[in-house]
Amino acid sequence: MTFARKYWIVLIISGLATFAFAQAGHENHNHPPTEQHADPAGHPQTTETTGENAEAGHPEGAHSPCGHSVSEESEFNAGENAVHHIADANTIHLWGDAYVPLPCILYAPEHGWKFSTTSTFHAHHHGSGEVAQDGYVLVHGNIMRIQNPAYAKGEVKVDDYTHKDTTIDGKNKTLYFAVINGSCNLLDGKTTYDGGIMGGGITSFYDFSITRNVFTMLLTVLILFLVFRSVARSATKTHGHAPKGLQNFIEPFYTFIRDEVAKPNIGPKYEKYMPYLLSAFFFILGLNLIGQVPFFPGGANVTGNISITIVLALLTFIISTFSAKKHFWEHTLWMPGVPAVLKIFILTPIEILGIFLKPFTLLLRLFANITAGHIVILSFVSLIFIFGDAGKSTAGSITGIIASVPLSLFMMTLELLVAFLQAFIFTMLSATYIGTAIEEPHHH
Amino acid sequence: MLFLVDFSVIKPEPGLLFWTTVIFLIFWYIMSRFAFKPIGEALKRREQDIQEALDEAKKAREEMTHLEAKNEQLLAEAREERAQMLKEAKDAKEQIISEAKERANAEYKRKVESALHDIENHKNAAMVELKNKSGQLAIEIAEKILRKELSNKAEQEAYAKSLADSIQLN
Repeated sequence: MTFARKYWIVLIISGLATFAFAQAGHENHNHPPTEQHADPAGHPQTTETTGENAEAGHPEGAHSPCGHSVSEESEFNAGENAVHHIADANTIHLWGDAYVPLPCILYAPEHGWKFSTTSTFHAHHHGSGEVAQDGYVLVHGNIMRIQNPAYAKGEVKVDDYTHKDTTIDGKNKTLYFAVINGSCNLLDGKTTYDGGIMGGGITSFYDFSITRNVFTMLLTVLILFLVFRSVARSATKTHGHAPKGLQNFIEPFYTFIRDEVAKPNIGPKYEKYMPYLLSAFFFILGLNLIGQVPFFPGGANVTGNISITIVLALLTFIISTFSAKKHFWEHTLWMPGVPAVLKIFILTPIEILGIFLKPFTLLLRLFANITAGHIVILSFVSLIFIFGDAGKSTAGSITGIIASVPLSLFMMTLELLVAFLQAFIFTMLSATYIGTAIEEPHHH
Repeated sequence: MLFLVDFSVIKPEPGLLFWTTVIFLIFWYIMSRFAFKPIGEALKRREQDIQEALDEAKKAREEMTHLEAKNEQLLAEAREERAQMLKEAKDAKEQIISEAKERANAEYKRKVESALHDIENHKNAAMVELKNKSGQLAIEIAEKILRKELSNKAEQEAYAKSLADSIQLN
């Protein structure tokens, strides 16, 4: 395939994915995020105050003083449904009320570490726990923490979980509450490193649990290891014989990465970087593919989670920056043959920005493509529920199925391509960045 | 309502960052050590083997062509030699025949010559003998004639005549 053709496919698919992603993200624009609870333990908000504030904004729909119950059957919302399904979780939902419990490793700076499993929360319908354990609760399969230090130790029965849309400092926000003995207790989400830009921030606890994504990663790595170990064994053993079985499936990938990605982009020193490129390629590909399987143990949106792509892009950044030669730094910081004024004010700042933009585009591209694909598939599946009025209309459901199945099938096929394509693009770009960094000077 | 606060996939989480780093680094190490290295080596070795086999086949083919050319040359040489030998044999035959002819001719000539010589000798001898005989006869006849004449003239004459008749030179 010529480069031009490759480029067009990439362009078309990126365009589609970007469009889908933009559509998905567009709805969020009127909810500017806010950082809250920078020091939650210091100022535990009383539920009454927050409740009253929120009450003023939503006087009509409140079923309890602290908002709607999370298990309440509300109108089906395709967007919410999609966002919920692509998110990471502390349990793996199988069907109905059946969940696979996962290990919990939780850390609250003021109360230390806590190790348990999500089964201790006695999750029932909608993946919400019946009890609070040492201040932690399970809401919709996600671990949250009661802000009130009174519940920091021991097991407490939780009657219900509620959520309420409210306005804090002119910004919209969804607050979650645990109803214990009739009183509402504000809940904290886990700490995230978005600096409040995306509505998260540093909260009262850190979640290092083996979540659904971590579990999927471990499973994928194990499968890949077993497959590759068997291929490596037969490759060593069948020396002098024709390759057979799995070997014939895996080896073309290996030679493809070697001959089409590493050699042309990195040059004669390619062999040193082969293990990283191969690891990244198969890690991403494996996770992309297992994420496409719609049931256990697949379905986790791992490569569509920015935390994973950050780590991978950061590794590419570290490798390319630390193996960069003098030639690279010279051309980046002080481009020869350009007037000094231009260098100081334009070229060098742009080049320095470029060093950091490269890994940023790398992490964003993979994240956006996979997440967008999952959202689109989930949206198509949601058609069944929208047409069927959330299961109330059989005729509507059938219409929904007729509309949804071909669309979902098309999207899944496309996503299968994207799974390979994105793994390839990530590896390819990593190789180009490394290649640019270690490039030897040309003699003109 | 879709809230950005729920869109958790875009928020970097410490737990996921930590586990991804740990899992990926272990994956990287284990795979390069136990999978990519042996696979890469096996592939490289196989490529070398194939290259070597191809080179060998090419070499064998070249050798074969070389041998064939050599055979062809040998064959041509043999053919030429045979032709040469045939030619030589023919020449030798012709030479032998001509020599034999010459020798036969010479012998024949010599025989003829000696025969002629013999004939000449015999003729000469015969002539000598004839001369002698005829001389002797002539003497005898003359003697007889002389005796007859001496007795009877008539008879002498008749006798001489009969004698003359009886002497017939053949």
